[in-house]
Amino acid sequence: MVNLSPISATQGVLPVTYGTLELCEICPDHITSLAAYRGQSDALSAALKSAHGMALPAVNRVTGRDGARAIWFGASVVLVGPAPDASLAQHAAVVDLSDGWCQLRLSGDRIDDVLARLAPVDLRWANFGRGHVARSQLVHANVAYHRLSETAVDIYGFRSMVHSIVHEITRAMASVHAFGHQ
Amino acid sequence: MRIKCPICGDRDMREFYYQGAAVMLDRPAPGAGDQVWDDYLHNRDNPAGDTRELWHHGAGCSEWVVVTRNTLTHQISHTALARDVKGASS
Amino acid sequence: MRISGKGLVKNATQIAFEFDGAQVHGMAGDTVASALLANDIRLVGRSFKYHRPRGILTAGSEEPNALITVGRGAAQDPNVRATQQEIYDGLQTASQNRWPSLKYDVLSVNNLVSPFLGAGFYYKTFMWPEKFWEKLYEPFIRHAAGLGALSMQANTDKYDRAFAYCDVLVVGAGPTGLMAAKTAALAGLDVILADEDFLLGGRLNGETYDIDDQSGSAWAAQMVHDLSQLDNVRIMARTTVTGAYDQGVYGALQRVGHHGPRRNPDAPLECFWRITAKRTILAAGALERMIAFPNNDRPGIMTASAVRTYLNRYGVVGGQTVAIFGNNDNALRTAQDLSDAGVHITAYIDSRHDANVTGDFPIYRGATVCDTAGALGLTSITIQHAGGTDKIATDILGVSGGWNPTVHLTCHMNGRPTWSDDIASFVPTPGAIPGLTAAGSAAGHMSTQDCLQSGIDVASAVIADLGRTAPQLSAPRAEGASYQISPLWAVAGKGRAWLDFQNDVTVKDIKQAAQENFRSVEHMKRYTTQGMATDQGKNSNVAALAILADVTGRGIPETGTTTFRPPFAPVSIAAMGQVGQDKGFAPERFTTSHQASVDRGAPFIEAGLWHRPSYFPIAGETTWRQSCDREVQMVRNAVGICDVSTLGKIDIQGPDAAKLLDFVYTNTFSTLKIGRTRYGLMLREDGHVLDDGTTARLGETHYVMTTTTAAAGLVMRHLDFVMQALHPEWDVHIQSVTDHWAQFAIAGPKARELLRGVVDQPLDNETWPFMACGPVTLGSVQGRLFRISFSGELGFELAVPARYGDALFRELCARAETLGGGPYGMEALNVLRIEKGFITHAEINGRTTAFDIGMEKMISPKKDCIGKTMAARPGLTDPMRPRLVGLKPVGDVKQILAGAHLFNPDDEAVRVNDQGYITSACYSPTLGHSIGLGFLKNGPDRIGDRVKMVDHLRDVETLCEVIHPIAFDPEGGRLRG
Repeated sequence: MVNLSPISATQGVLPVTYGTLELCEICPDHITSLAAYRGQSDALSAALKSAHGMALPAVNRVTGRDGARAIWFGASVVLVGPAPDASLAQHAAVVDLSDGWCQLRLSGDRIDDVLARLAPVDLRWANFGRGHVARSQLVHANVAYHRLSETAVDIYGFRSMVHSIVHEITRAMASVHAFGHQ
Repeated sequence: MRIKCPICGDRDMREFYYQGAAVMLDRPAPGAGDQVWDDYLHNRDNPAGDTRELWHHGAGCSEWVVVTRNTLTHQISHTALARDVKGASS
Repeated sequence: MRISGKGLVKNATQIAFEFDGAQVHGMAGDTVASALLANDIRLVGRSFKYHRPRGILTAGSEEPNALITVGRGAAQDPNVRATQQEIYDGLQTASQNRWPSLKYDVLSVNNLVSPFLGAGFYYKTFMWPEKFWEKLYEPFIRHAAGLGALSMQANTDKYDRAFAYCDVLVVGAGPTGLMAAKTAALAGLDVILADEDFLLGGRLNGETYDIDDQSGSAWAAQMVHDLSQLDNVRIMARTTVTGAYDQGVYGALQRVGHHGPRRNPDAPLECFWRITAKRTILAAGALERMIAFPNNDRPGIMTASAVRTYLNRYGVVGGQTVAIFGNNDNALRTAQDLSDAGVHITAYIDSRHDANVTGDFPIYRGATVCDTAGALGLTSITIQHAGGTDKIATDILGVSGGWNPTVHLTCHMNGRPTWSDDIASFVPTPGAIPGLTAAGSAAGHMSTQDCLQSGIDVASAVIADLGRTAPQLSAPRAEGASYQISPLWAVAGKGRAWLDFQNDVTVKDIKQAAQENFRSVEHMKRYTTQGMATDQGKNSNVAALAILADVTGRGIPETGTTTFRPPFAPVSIAAMGQVGQDKGFAPERFTTSHQASVDRGAPFIEAGLWHRPSYFPIAGETTWRQSCDREVQMVRNAVGICDVSTLGKIDIQGPDAAKLLDFVYTNTFSTLKIGRTRYGLMLREDGHVLDDGTTARLGETHYVMTTTTAAAGLVMRHLDFVMQALHPEWDVHIQSVTDHWAQFAIAGPKARELLRGVVDQPLDNETWPFMACGPVTLGSVQGRLFRISFSGELGFELAVPARYGDALFRELCARAETLGGGPYGMEALNVLRIEKGFITHAEINGRTTAFDIGMEKMISPKKDCIGKTMAARPGLTDPMRPRLVGLKPVGDVKQILAGAHLFNPDDEAVRVNDQGYITSACYSPTLGHSIGLGFLKNGPDRIGDRVKMVDHLRDVETLCEVIHPIAFDPEGGRLRG
C-alpha cells in the first residue's frame, strides 16, 4: 500500500507580506460544487440548512460563517469547509473541487488599492461589502472574490494557475506598498 | 466597453467572449434544407443600427447573454440571458 | 533669468540637474523648461525633418519642440516634454535629434535643401526603383527621421494598470474643474478629479488675477486642500485623461515616479488607469495657438500665455527683452504682467486696427510680425505696419493667435467639434460622448468668472441627472473680461511660416497640398504630416485647416477637422501594455508533477497555457532525440509514466446528462454502460471536427468527459452554449474538474505490474478490461482509474486529488524505474500516438471533417447531433478531399516534415498540383524509420502509391509510400492484453 503525502498548492511560496498587506493560503478541508437540479433549489437550500447550517446564497452573495460557507460561484454554489452531507446529492449535482480551487486570503489596510490593480470590477469596500461575491478576472485568470471585511478578501483561483495568481497579487501588493497614499 | 450581465451586473468587455449574431439561438430542424441551414450558419445581416448578438460571460457567471448593441454608437440598449430568451421562444 | 519676487514657490531650494552633459541649476517647483529658461537657455531641440533649431514654445503637455530624453541606459525615456518634466537633484536630460551636438547639427543641411523636401517629398521621391525600398530608402528615412531614440535595452521599470470607478470624473483642475468637483462632492457624489499638472489650478497658477480676496493660485490651493479632506473625492495629479471610450470608460495615465530619482524597484513609474464614470465633466481648458508668420520658429518665440506662465508661476523670463504679438485681448495680459514685473517690453504688436491696448511700452496697432532673425535663438523681429517696417531687437516674442478649447476627448468616439465664430475656434459638440459635458473654457467660456459659473452649472445638471440635489453655491468673484478676437492665421511674407513645429509643416506646404488636389482635410494631413507625432497638432491644426479653407475657397466649418483620436497625450507602450510585461503575458499553468519534472532536468514546452515536460534526459544523453527514442522504447517494452492532467476534465451530472452527450458527440453515450469509457468525436455545427476525447460513465446520470488540452475551454463554452442557448429545458450541470484531479498515464506491458501495490484493487483483464473505469483506493486516498491508452500499449490513467499528485508521480516514476521504465514527455507521447495513427489537433485542425479522418462511421444515423446536417454536405464527403493517411519514406531522403505538401512524383511541386499535406511527423524507433500522418486527396484509396513530399521552406524533398495511418500494431492486440 502506498502512503501519499498531500501538499498545498502554494507550499513554500506563501505567506507573503508587504507592510500590513498579507497574502496567505487557506486550505479548507473540502470545496464542493452544488448545482441544484430543476425545481430543487428550495429543497437543496433546506438540506444545506439542516446539514450545514446555512441556506443557499443569493446571486453574488455568501451564506454561512468562517469554516463553513456557501458561496455563489456562478453556475453553481460552492460549499467551503465541511464534507458535503450525503443528502445534498438528492437535490443537486455534487462535485468535489477541493483540490481544483485554491483559497487565498488578502488582508491589510489598503486591499482596495491592490484589488484595483487586479480586477476589472468595482471591489471597493463601499460597493463590495461583507458577504459580497464577484466572479471576475484577476489580470488574465478567472477567479472568484469574496469580501470578508474592510481589510480582508478571499480570492479563489484554479490550482494550476495559482503561481501566476500569486505573482500578480504580490506584484500589486508591492506597488501599493511602495506607492504611498494616492 | 461595459456590458451589463443580467446576473453579475455592469462588467468590463474583457470578461466576455464574443460569438456573433443571436441567430444561433434558432437552430433549424435537421431536415430544414440547405438554404435554412446556410442562413443559420453563414448568412448575416450587417445592420447600421441595432443588432442582437451573443456574448459569453466566461470570466464571470458562464452565462450566454443576448446583447442588443447599436453598431454605429456601441450603445447597448438591452441584455438578457440566452436561456431566458430561448425559454420564452420555445 | 529669474525675476525677483515672482513665482509661486518662495524661498525654494536650489536643485542641480544635467542637460546635454552640463550642470544646470533650477529651483524646487521648476520644470526642465522653466529651469532652462531661467538660465537663458533657449535652444533645446532640433525639428523632425529639417533639424531646425527650436526652443520652448509652451508650458504644457501640448509642447511640440522641447522634447528631451530623460535618464540613461535601460531607464532612458525619450520624447519627454521638458515643459512637464519636474526637476530633481541628479536628473539627467539630453536634447534630441541632433548630431554631434545641439548647436552643430550635421543634418541641419536638410534645412538648406528644404525647397526639395516639401509636402509629399517622400511619396514623390522614394517610389522607384522598387528594389531600393527596403535596402536604401527605408534605412535612410529611418536614420534621418525620428525624434528621441530607445535605449534598445529591456525596460527595467515597473508599470501598473488599475481600474477606478466614480459617479463623476472631472477632467482638469483649473477654475472650472475645481468648482465642478466641489459642487459634485457637496452633493455626495463620488468624484475623481484628474489633472495633468503636478500643481493643480490650471491657468490660475499662471495668472495674476484674484479670486475673491486671494490670488488665483492661493484660491486653487485652498480648494484642492478642501477637496482632499472629503472621503468622496479622489484627486489624481500628474494624471492625463488620454481617451474616451464606450459606456463611460476613460483611459488615464498617471505619472507616478517621473518626478524623483527611482529608488524603490517595487514602485511603478507610471500607472495606466481605466476609469469608469457615470458622468464626466470636461474641464480641460483651452490651448493658445500660434500665428504663422515668416521664421516664427526661432528659439525664444513662445505662446504669450507660456511667457505669462513662466513669469507668474516660475518667476522666469527666457531673456532680457520681450515683445508681444497678438490678435486678441488676452495677449495684453502678458504685457501687463511683464511690465508690472519690471521686464523690458520692446513692442506690443496687435493685428487689429481698433485694438483697445494701453501700456507703458511701444504699441503697434494694425501691425504684424513679418520676419525674425537669430540663428540659434531670436535676436530681432521685423514689424510691418501701416507706415512701413521696423526691425526691433528682442530676446523673446510672445505670440497669441487666440485660444482653442481642448475639445479632443469629445472627438474620441467619432464626434466632430462645432465651429464658433465668437471665439474663432471649435467648441465641443454636445452629446458627442454619452455622459460627458464640457464646461468652462473647454466649452468656449473665456473669462474666469464664466468658467467658475460654468463649473457650478454643469455639475449641478449632472447632479440632477444622477437623481441628487445640487448644493446652492454661488461662484466666487473673479475677472470677467470679455474676449475679443479677430482671426489671424498667417502673415504673408518672404521665408517659411511654420504651422506644425514638430513635423516642420509650413503654410506653403498646406497650399501645395491643396494645389495638388489633397483638398480634404484628412488628405492634407497625410500629405503634409500636419498634426502628427507627439503633440498631434494641438498648436497648429486649427490654423492649418483655416489656411486650407482659405486656399480651397471654403469656410472653416465646411472644411472640417481631422479626427482627434486617443491618446490625448503620448502614452508609453510599457504603460499601456503593463499586463503583458514579463510573466504577466499569460498565466502559466503547472501540473502537480512540475517540480518533480524540474528536478529531473526536463525541458518544458507550452501547450496552451500549460507547461509540460518535453522529455526527461538521463546521463549520457545529449540530444532530445536520444531521450525521446529511449522513452518510446521504454513504453513499448516496459512501462512509462506521463502526466496527462492537462487534458480537460468535465463532470456532467443530471437526468439529461446522456441527452447532452448524445447531442454534442457524433456517437452515442446514452448506451454506454456504467463503469465504461468510450471515445467520442465532437463536431462544430458546420460539420468540421471540434474536438475528441474519452468520456466515462460513473453513474446512471453521471459522466466525466475528457477534452484535449488545447480545447478544454472551448468545449466548456460549447457545452454552455448547447445547455443554455439551444436546450435550456434540459436538467444537466457541467463543472470543470481539470484542476481537481492529477492524472497520470501508466503505459506499457508492465503497467499492470507497476500498479499492483499502488492501487488496492486487483486489475486483471476481467475486472478491468480495456475501456473500463471506476473508483479505486490508494491507501487512504480515493482515486479514479481508467483503462485507456494513447500509446497503443496496455495502459491505465490513474487520477487522484491534486494535493497528492506530486507524491503519486514520484511514487509511479520510482516504481517504473525498478521495472526498466520511467517518465516520458511530450516528444515520446507524440511519437507513440503517431505510430498508432491517433489524431491530435494537428489533424483536427479546424478544416477537417469526420470523413477526412476516416471516422464518418462514428456519426450515428440514429440521432441528431451538432454538425450532423452540415457534415453531410456534398463538398464535405467528396472522396477527392484530402483524407488521413500514413506515410513513410522510400527514397534516398529519409526525412518527413510536418507542414510539407504532397505531390504526385512526376508533377512539378506547385500549388495547382497540390495533393495534400503532412500534419505530424517523427522518427519511429519502434519501426526504425520516419513516419508521418497527413491528408492526401482520396488518400485511403491510394495505400501503396508513391507521393512526393516537398517542403519548400526547408528545401527538403522525400519520396514517400502511402501507408495505413496505423503504422504499428494495427490489430490493437497490445492495448487489449
